[in-house]
This record gives sequence, structure tokens and C-alpha cells, in this order.
Amino acid sequence: MRINGTRQNLSVEPRVTLLDALRNYLDYTGAKKVCDRATCGSCTVILGGKMVYSCSVLAIEAQGKDITTVEGLSTNGKLAPIQAAFVENDAQQCGFCTPGFVVACKAFLDKHPSPTLADVEKGLGGNLCRCGTYAGVRQAVLAAANTMRGGQKNG
Amino acid sequence: MAEYNWPEASKRSLIGKRISRLDGPEKVSGKAKYTYDLKRPGMLYGKMVRCPHAHAKVSSIDTSAAEKMPGVKAVKIIQDPGSEIQWAGDGVVVVAATEEHLAEDAARAVKVTYEVLPHLVREEDLSKAGDRAKPAAEKVAGDPTKAFSEAEVVSEGTYSIAVITHCCLESHGQITEWEGDKLNVFPSTQAVTGIGGEFVKALGIPATNVRVRMNHVGGGFGSKFNADRWGIEGARLAKLAGQPVKIMLERDAELMVAGGRPSSFAKIKMGAKKDGTITAWESNSWGTGGPGGAGMPPLPYVWQIPNQRMNHTGVATNIGPARAWRAPNHPQACFLTMSAIEDLAAALKMDPLEICLKNISLLGPRASLYQEELLKGAEIIEWKRKWHLRGDTTAGHIKRGLGLSMHTWGGAPHNSECRVTINPDGSVSAELASQDLGTGTRTVIAIVAAETLGLPIEAIKVNIGDSAYPPSGGSGGSTTVGGVSSSTRRAAADALDEIFKVVAPALNADPANLEAAGSKIQVKGDASKSMTWQQACSRLGVKPIRANGKQPDPAKGSLASSGVAGIQMAEVTVDTETGIVKIEKLVSVQDMGLIIDAKTAESQIYGALIMGVCYALYEEKIMDQATGRMLNPNMEFYKLAGIGDIGTLVVHLMTGQEQDARGVIGLGEPPVVSPGAAISNAVANAIGVRVPSLPITPDRVLTAMEKKGGLT
Repeated sequence: MRINGTRQNLSVEPRVTLLDALRNYLDYTGAKKVCDRATCGSCTVILGGKMVYSCSVLAIEAQGKDITTVEGLSTNGKLAPIQAAFVENDAQQCGFCTPGFVVACKAFLDKHPSPTLADVEKGLGGNLCRCGTYAGVRQAVLAAANTMRGGQKNG
Repeated sequence: MAEYNWPEASKRSLIGKRISRLDGPEKVSGKAKYTYDLKRPGMLYGKMVRCPHAHAKVSSIDTSAAEKMPGVKAVKIIQDPGSEIQWAGDGVVVVAATEEHLAEDAARAVKVTYEVLPHLVREEDLSKAGDRAKPAAEKVAGDPTKAFSEAEVVSEGTYSIAVITHCCLESHGQITEWEGDKLNVFPSTQAVTGIGGEFVKALGIPATNVRVRMNHVGGGFGSKFNADRWGIEGARLAKLAGQPVKIMLERDAELMVAGGRPSSFAKIKMGAKKDGTITAWESNSWGTGGPGGAGMPPLPYVWQIPNQRMNHTGVATNIGPARAWRAPNHPQACFLTMSAIEDLAAALKMDPLEICLKNISLLGPRASLYQEELLKGAEIIEWKRKWHLRGDTTAGHIKRGLGLSMHTWGGAPHNSECRVTINPDGSVSAELASQDLGTGTRTVIAIVAAETLGLPIEAIKVNIGDSAYPPSGGSGGSTTVGGVSSSTRRAAADALDEIFKVVAPALNADPANLEAAGSKIQVKGDASKSMTWQQACSRLGVKPIRANGKQPDPAKGSLASSGVAGIQMAEVTVDTETGIVKIEKLVSVQDMGLIIDAKTAESQIYGALIMGVCYALYEEKIMDQATGRMLNPNMEFYKLAGIGDIGTLVVHLMTGQEQDARGVIGLGEPPVVSPGAAISNAVANAIGVRVPSLPITPDRVLTAMEKKGGLT
């Protein structure tokens, strides 16, 4: 597997999920184990360009593929626009859903660079938060979209 | 003499401003390490064997097969044969193995037999509770019999609010690690200072031998104060295995055994005059919080009705025991009371806002604050324009309605000690054995220390989450912000006083005549006589300044108080064909005394509103009487609101001199109290009939509509 651009070799039992492989056998603990059955989105990573719930992908299915985790979004210590927007709009409280949410938002914005609020509410319905940070997340996604388009007006 | 009082508004550079939380960058980049993320050298994974029965006696336990399995390092019986189990999911045996799935295999290989005993897991029908129903003594005030006989209008209703679970996203658990006879605990906890004592007591080791550390916690909401069975047994298992053991609850266990808010059911009667003056209250309530039953929520809520009669029955059930859930007992009491008041208003064909304003004197010492907040909320949601008599009579199947509610909470400061250190290189640290639940505690500590020392917030290194630091209370009851801001303010003020003494000769001034601002120390009113913070600190030589601040510390005045009001209003639409309720708008008007960080304060309220939508519309711990099991111990069927379910949220913070003068008051809990009532009242206003139970699921809406006689 290539994780955040770095090649990683790992030998695990076939039943080990990608999430457990990342967390227990490597030290990528950004993706969180919460529902463990593809409901809450806290384990979201990007696998082969596609957003997935890593709790519901086996590690062997990820063999030879490119994986981006939340740890791979910032470059040289500089936060990606969506991460900076999460901080600015206080889109996190306890922060346990946050890494999954950030990855989902990044993947969403890659597909929908100019989303409306309705798009955001529909496109990010696969991530759950318990503290209630959705108000900040909505603002953060719209603000990040704006930044990524170079500060143009939201269309 | 150090200045302990909060600076007045014109002199604040940080307090009350909108400041981003300090740990935001590490949380959004996945760098923040929670207990669940930690690994210790040689660490094993622990798994519990859980009882499948709601009520049973352990007959026999055979661990021999499990002990021989690959990777297994220790197996420990925690409830011997003969033990009586009171709820499904309780732990009986715990195993530790080198890999998580090997521990799961081993747990499955343990053979336990049970003698199954009769159970009760549903409490809605009190007549079936038998001797598990424990009535409390009747409470009476005034003369309710006379008041009801004289009442011009009497309104009656039956209401209920379900058991819900905390559903922390980071499940409960910890790593326990022995270094000789010393125990290191890495828990997911709301009480870094307090939790160690439970290990001391249970394991019989000296307090000096237990150290607790936790950097971040993935949600608690009142459920993470204790060491719990998995904590104590985890420590024993680690001793047995000779290696650290990590036990984090699986999601089903988290929902079954690690949290629960008691239910409340009530038959309520209210009496009033025709003009809307409330005169009488009578309630017969019951509820369960597991084996311990449930006490009466504070009924009638908020309103000091002159004539009252209350009867309450706690019902002991075989469900996981209750834990404090954000504002314990208040959401239940609020929903029951505010629903009854709205139903009374409907019976009188009056606007509930008018009823509240008419009876405002029944709201006690904060009556005028409630009035101000009600009027503010009404203005924001356009109550006068949008409110209509019960039942939206416009054409079509989408019905619109408004509802309101009000609440209260204490939020007094907890005990706290803070140690502020100023180093000769100018660096500053604030240390407390506190914790940041995501409420912004770290940020609040930094703001207070920086404001006091005249430094930017980045200059303060906040160290929390380690029991080696000075003790601070657990984060419950909305007590943290008042506690840590008071202790930090006093510590920083005393430290500043010390540095003033050091630099005063160089500035040719009296220490009492110095002030710190803009990263400088200067003579009051004469900025030309100053030196930079760095220059000042370099005069310390090799000796840092250390000062301890305490809360309480009566000699140094009072920086915090307690007792907030708060109102909320909801606008909903209901699809009368599907029964689906949609939140259009929620408005929260909230007082909280002096605000330290407006940004994280707002987040607390947004979060509370959203959590309120969850329990108003979706959440219920559904128990099955046939099997005694929870039917939805997963996040697919234990439903939380998603990002598209919350509508427009408006948060109005009460600010100004009057609020500042109250000092800091905790905020975490009060705004989560009202949403259930406000939303339920809005649904009744929309569809013309009360949906008597929370959560307001589509089937309950349709059932209520049918009882009323259809769609009109």
C-alpha cells in the first residue's frame, strides 16, 4: 500500500480491516473506530481516489492501492484549506468525528467545487457527530470552497 | 496587591472575543491523540465476555479453551459463579491477547452458563412493574384540591420521554500499565483528577502510586466520570499478564452498558383562570434509569406554581444503569412541564408566549431575565407574525408550527488549582489536572492567563490532562469554565505581582503602579516607562516564578457565580402524509455571565441545539421485553441527526455589564435542556395535536393525527 505517498508493507490476517490495519499495525490513528459498520464516517479515508469507510474495507482489498488519510492532507505542516476552515469556523468540539469529516469534506469538494448549502447537507450526510458541530462544518465547507476557488464569490 | 477582578470590558483584549480553539489544528490534522489512539510498549488488547441475559445468575465458567488460544496472555473471571447479573452486556470474564482479533476469538471461546431469571426492561406500563415500582412520598404545596376546584380551565395530558444513551464517539475504555507497583492509567475520562482515587480504593494501592494521563477525550456528556468495571479489571488483568492492557468498548457495548439517560412518563393536570393565570399543578410521574430506578425530575420545571401535588414512582429495570446525561433530569422535567403549559395555552386558545409573559412572576428571581430573553427570541423568530392557534389551517400536507421552552441550570465553579510558571526566557505555562471535553477548556485557560499577563494567547503553554498537575474538578455540571478561569486568573495575577516586584526598581516605579499590556510591563498611564516582557523575564536570572491560584479562594473575591435562565424557540414543518418532522429554525437566547471565548461559547450552544434535535426526533434506546435485549445497539438504528437534519440555527448570547457583573457561569448544559420541549410544542402547533412522546418519530406523528381524527 502507498499511504500518503509513503510505501508501507504489512502482513495481516485476511479478516483485518483497513481501519484496524492503519490504526493497530501502523500508526495512522487519524481515522477513528466508532460504529465499525459503515454508518458514522469517522473512519473515512480516500482509497484509489474514492472515499471509503475504512472500517468496511478489508486491508487485503487495499493492496497495491493509494490511500490518503487525514494525516496526508496538510503539506509541510500547512493545513489544507478545508482544515483551516474547520479551525476558523470551529467545526470541531471533542474532535473525534473531525478527521473523518475533514476527509469526507475534502473528497466532496474535489467533486463539487462550488456547492450550495443544500449540496453540502446532502453530500455530507454520511458523517455523524455527537457534539453537534454541523453548524460549523456547513460554514467551513462553504468557506473552503470559496478559498479553493481563489476567493471568488460562491456561485 | 495583585488585581484579581476581571478587567472591565474596555480593557479586555482577549476575554469575550471570538477566538479559535487552540487544539483545532491538531484535531483537524488527525494529530490529536485520544486514549483510543494510544499504544504502550508491549500492550495487549482486552476483550470482555458479556452476559447475553438481562437478569441471570452465573452458573459455571470454563476458560480452559480460551487460555490455550494463540496470543492469549491472561484470562480473568470478574463475576464468579453465583453472581447475579442485572443487565445484558455486563462483563463476566475478561481476556487479554497480543492482537485485537485474537482477544475476540478468546472471548468467544469462554463458556459461561447462566440460570436465567425474570427480567423487566420496559416501564411504559406501570401496572406491569409489580414490586419493581417504588413510589416516593407525595409532595404537596399550597392547596391543590381547592385550586383545581376553583380553576376556570383544567388541562390534562400524558407525556413521555425515552431512555437514550450517551453514544460517545470515542467509546469508554483505557489502557492500564504497571511499572512495578505503580499504575499508569490512560483513560477516556471527564475526571483526570478524580478517577485515580477509584483505582486506589479498588486495588488497595497508595494514591501516590497512580498516575492518570489523557490528552483528548472523544465525548463524555456525563458518562465518563468513573473507572468502571472495565477500568478496574483492566488494571488487574494487566498485573496478571505482566503487560499493559487496552480495553475500549465495542460500539454495541458502548450503547448497552456505558450510558443512559432515565426515561420519564407523566400524567399532568394544570389549572388556570380564563385570563391565563396559572394556579395549579398535579403530576403522577414514573421512569427508569436501570436497576436503581429513577428519581423525580424537578417538576414543575422552572415555574413556581402556588398549588402543586406530585407523585413519582421509580421503576427498577434490567437495563444498563443510568449515568449523568448533560443536565441530568432537566430535559425530562422541561419537556413534561413545557408541554403541559403549551397544552394549557391551547385549551385556553391563547398564545403560549402570552401565557409565559402573563405568569412571569412565577419564574422567581430571574423572571425579568426570562422576560427579556423571551422577547428577544420572539423578535428573532418573528413569533408575532408566524404564530397561529394550534393547527396550521393552510392548505396542503406540509404544516408549519412554532414552539417555545425555557430552562435553567446552576453552573457554579468547581474546585480548581492552577500553577502558572513564568520562565526567565519569557515562556509561560499554566498547569491543571483538568480536561478539555471539546468545550474549549484549554482555550479558556490560555485566554485568561494571556489576558492577565498582557500577552498574546500563543504565549501561553497550557498543560492539562495529567494527574501530576495541581488538582482540578471533574468536568460535569457545567462547572469547569468557572473553576479553571478563576484559578488561572488568580495564579496569573499572583505571578504577575511577583514579576512587577522584580522589575519595579529598573522602571523606577512602585510595583503597585505597574501594569502588563501588549507584551510589555509599563508604568500605569505612562507607556514611555516600559520594558518588553522578554526584558522583564530576563531579570529573573535562573529562577522562574511559580504561583498557584485556587478556586475557591474567598480572600481573593469571587470571579464566578451560578444560575442561568435561557429560552429557546423552534419552527418546524410536518409532512402530515409521511409524519416526518423537519426542523426549519431553532433560536437560542442564553445568558452565561461573563463570556471568556464567544466562539467556543456559541459552539456549545449550536452543539446543544443539535443534540436536542437528536433526542427530540431520533434517539431511543429500544428495549425488547421478550429477550431483555437492546434492539438497536448500533449507530444505524440508534439514530443521531445528520448535517441535513438541523435547519437554521440562531444563537443569541446575552452580553453587557449586567452579565459581566455575574462573573463566569457554566454553559455546557443549559442549552441542551429546552430543544425537546420547544420542538414538541412546535409540532403540536403545526399539526393541531400533541405527539405525546419523544422522540417524535413519523409513526408517532401519524398515530397522533389519526387519534385526532385525520389530516384536517
